[in-house]
Amino acid sequence: MKPFTYERPKDVTSALAMMAEVPGARFLAGGTNLVDLMKLQIEQPTQLVDVSRLPLGEIEETPGGGLRLGAVTTNSQVAADLRVRARYPALAQAILSGASGQLRNKATTAGNLLQRTRCAYFYDTTKPCNKRQPGAGCAAIGGIYANTAVFGASEACIATHPSDMAVAMSALDAQVEIASQDGQSRSLALEDLHRLPGETPHIETNLQPGEMITAVVLPPPAPGGQIYRKARERASYAFAIGSVAVVGGRVALGAVAHKPWRAKVAEQALAGGASPAEAMAAEMAGAQADGHNDFKLKLMARLGAACLTTTGAGDDQ
Amino acid sequence: MSSVKDWAAPTPISENRSGLIGKGVDRYEGRLKVTGSAPFAYEVEAPSKPAYGVLIASPIARGVVTSADIAQAQASPGVLLVWTPDNVPAQGERGAKINPRSQRGANPALADRVEHFGQHVGFVVADTLENAKAAAALVRLTYEATPADLIFEDNLAQADQPEGEEDVRVGDFEAAFAGAAVRLDETYVSPLQNHAQMEPCATTAWWDGDHVTVHTSIQMVKGGQHTLAETLMIPSTQVRLITRYIGGGFGGKGQAYDDLTLAALAARALGQPVKVAYTRQQMFQATIHRPAVHMRVRLGAQADGRLDAFALEAVTHCRREAPFTEHAANFARSLYAAPNRLTGHRLVKLDIPAAGPMRAPGEASGMLSLECAMDELAEQLGLDPVELRLRNEPETDPETGKPFSTRQLVRCMTEGAQRFGWDRRNPTPGQVRDGRWLVGLGMAAAIRGNFLLPAKAGVRIDADGTITLRQGMTDIGTGTYTILAQITAETLGVPLSQVKVELGDSDFPPAPGSGGQFGAATAGSAAFAAGMNLRKALAELATGDPNSPLYGDDPELVSFGGGNIAVDNRAEPLDRLVARAAPDGVYVEGAITPAADARDYSQHTYGAHFAEVGVDPDTGEVRLRRMFGVFAAGRILNAKTAMSQITGGMIWGVGTALHEYNEVDPRYGSFIAQDLAGYHVPAHADIVDLSAMFLDEVDDKANPMGIKGVGELGIAGAGAAIANAVYNASGARIRSYPLTPEKVLAALP
Repeated sequence: MKPFTYERPKDVTSALAMMAEVPGARFLAGGTNLVDLMKLQIEQPTQLVDVSRLPLGEIEETPGGGLRLGAVTTNSQVAADLRVRARYPALAQAILSGASGQLRNKATTAGNLLQRTRCAYFYDTTKPCNKRQPGAGCAAIGGIYANTAVFGASEACIATHPSDMAVAMSALDAQVEIASQDGQSRSLALEDLHRLPGETPHIETNLQPGEMITAVVLPPPAPGGQIYRKARERASYAFAIGSVAVVGGRVALGAVAHKPWRAKVAEQALAGGASPAEAMAAEMAGAQADGHNDFKLKLMARLGAACLTTTGAGDDQ
Repeated sequence: MSSVKDWAAPTPISENRSGLIGKGVDRYEGRLKVTGSAPFAYEVEAPSKPAYGVLIASPIARGVVTSADIAQAQASPGVLLVWTPDNVPAQGERGAKINPRSQRGANPALADRVEHFGQHVGFVVADTLENAKAAAALVRLTYEATPADLIFEDNLAQADQPEGEEDVRVGDFEAAFAGAAVRLDETYVSPLQNHAQMEPCATTAWWDGDHVTVHTSIQMVKGGQHTLAETLMIPSTQVRLITRYIGGGFGGKGQAYDDLTLAALAARALGQPVKVAYTRQQMFQATIHRPAVHMRVRLGAQADGRLDAFALEAVTHCRREAPFTEHAANFARSLYAAPNRLTGHRLVKLDIPAAGPMRAPGEASGMLSLECAMDELAEQLGLDPVELRLRNEPETDPETGKPFSTRQLVRCMTEGAQRFGWDRRNPTPGQVRDGRWLVGLGMAAAIRGNFLLPAKAGVRIDADGTITLRQGMTDIGTGTYTILAQITAETLGVPLSQVKVELGDSDFPPAPGSGGQFGAATAGSAAFAAGMNLRKALAELATGDPNSPLYGDDPELVSFGGGNIAVDNRAEPLDRLVARAAPDGVYVEGAITPAADARDYSQHTYGAHFAEVGVDPDTGEVRLRRMFGVFAAGRILNAKTAMSQITGGMIWGVGTALHEYNEVDPRYGSFIAQDLAGYHVPAHADIVDLSAMFLDEVDDKANPMGIKGVGELGIAGAGAAIANAVYNASGARIRSYPLTPEKVLAALP
């Protein structure tokens, strides 16, 4: 482990200043991903700016009838919040399907969004990975790890984003509030927070240097049923091999792309009167499997159709 | 040499006057463990400030280390020592004294010849773990890679008969199979699995003159001591190996690894204690694993279900330089009747980490094949799977004709079927639904051999009445401390609180350690023998002591109970006797040796598994809904720890059926799963309703106490019961384990 310094700022302004002071500084919140990666020397921050005690730990009503989740609200806190459970059941389901109770007690809203991929080759530092070392190549391409992307992959990276929570937030049309060092703030659709890998898979989000997430804002829930379902290799404490969030007529897919994948083709098909199975078939027609992850095509088509059927999203209204 | 006939006589264990035998007493070391105060090898406090070692692993599968640049690492803060193949101290060859059951020859640590991915090629010691780790990243090694055989399936053609292992044939299998009314010929595949112990391999080592003391995590005390002595080229008497607590072994810690060797070497070189632990990744890549097995099962039956012809041929793999056969066919030699039989093994040599024993080696993989094949044959015949097995129950061992010592397989199946509600199974697959879930039932038989090895134990009584059992045995989390305390207390008629148990020290009388489910019978029988010898010594002490109320009595008539020694109504407490007549205490040893005529019997433990699963037709996910097992494994020493062992084994079976596998990258020779997030063992949520029961049994051909092992039986067959339940639920017959959502989904219509 390389030596690093540790700072605990009192407010957002000083947190951003501390980040700017030292090149290679990183925010630390729950540490459930970053610390593991530090042990493996995949992340080697020079300074940790501990934001977990910043006053960003509240869940607040927004004037429009939505909820504002502070950046360092914990996953457990959000999933247990009665307002979340009543208005955004898909989000509560998604959070509770991830990790373990102990991890959810530590992991935060912003940290969950910014967690890194679980691609086996990203974790194995003896293998080339364009995320770890831009230009090194991608061992996952031509490898045997099967939990890889079927949408939006590139020649440089076929990794997926592992979050459950973010998939539900995508279907909920969540907005991400961002503060920057110059005192400005901006809002970004969650849909636009994460990037597809392209030629720069090491740049995973559209956050700019000197920016930090301060909150996720959930708009009032869209009418219609909600559900989050996750397929995985054991009953708990496993990352999704495919997941689906449905909120009304909105559909997002997990474990299929470098970001939560908003299934816009399916949504359009549904709006045009397609059945759940037809809508998912249309969406998955745009997927590209590589021989190892072919199962995701059948999995997502079935799981998506089942979710849409359960919520009644495909019914004529 | 003893005889099994000697074992039939009544003993303090069979009489069980204070009722300690079989009682579900709490773990002897439980409080220490749950309060975090049981020091495991890495946490043992060294006599002076320790240094910390970090291992560097090879990123290539086969080749040679051609150069090592350690200048930067040596200059890194806190670094005390950097070793590579260039400068690692000389090590003695291993082999001569190594127990073949648990130890195989291995490379010297940090050899320049790389024989598998993850082999250790560098070692850094520094004042802190963090400094050692940072410096390790600065060691620059270059390699010349050579071609490697990495993938089992690609190398099946080179499968060879393992040296010295002939196929076993009875009758004429080929003719009988060709002429059978109903035939089945299927191949089943079990995957490569890792032990995934919680505690990694770890050692704390220090020297005192020319003597080294090592605290390490190893299942076999003597094997580890001798291995280290050979490596260090010193007599074994100068190596003291201690292993008090082990955070899981499962066969994976039967042998010594580089942490032991290098900690001892570095502690000598630095004149300072050294601690070395494997990382989670190194536990996958640089220890051993259960190899994958291809199993071809051929069954030829008469129309009524009786087998005429039976064959199980297993192909498995090992590391090129470390021969090991996963004996996946052996169990089948004693399971079902069939006059014409063929069993055997073939071995593929690969350039991947070494294969080795993992909990229930042989049975754990092997029964996944035959117990599915029997399910398939039952369907072909229109028979219930239990009924098919009942019709093939042999009267004597089907291969050797020897009598069974005990065999309650039929009762395990019938009792289990009744208690589980097997009669509610719909024999047509895919008929039962619960919400979206497809629901089905499956069963399988279980068999696992029982063994007894030579062992010794020492026991002493002190003037305060405390009785201390000492044995070079290990407790790998199974309950060994506890059952040894029970045996000792019951044998000497004292309360449990009066007994201390000290294990895991090469200075103590030797026992073979934990493995092959022989631990309780072997170590326990030696402890029992030691206890009986102490009874004898105390009886002679009392009857020969003029101040004892027993003075002049016949020592043969002395009895023990309630902490007293007595003849008729004359008694005195043991502590009073010892304090007066032998104030320095009394110490005796005892030993167990296998009986010569034990081999005249076919001796196994048996069971039957019943499982109910749900299959999600949307995703192919399988969830265990309930599972029940009935087992017959001799006298049970501790209802609680035995149940933990047997249900723990069943849970391993669930993992084998549904979760656990690893794969080798064909380009690098590395495992794809290298941590416990990627290598899935069952989580609590996977095991919602799982239970078991033991049938009453005493096997007086097994050992003086009539007990048998329970550590491995629970796995045997468990995975097959689940695979059969998946078929019954969904109609998906999957012959490649584990039954992942990917495979199940592909098989669903």
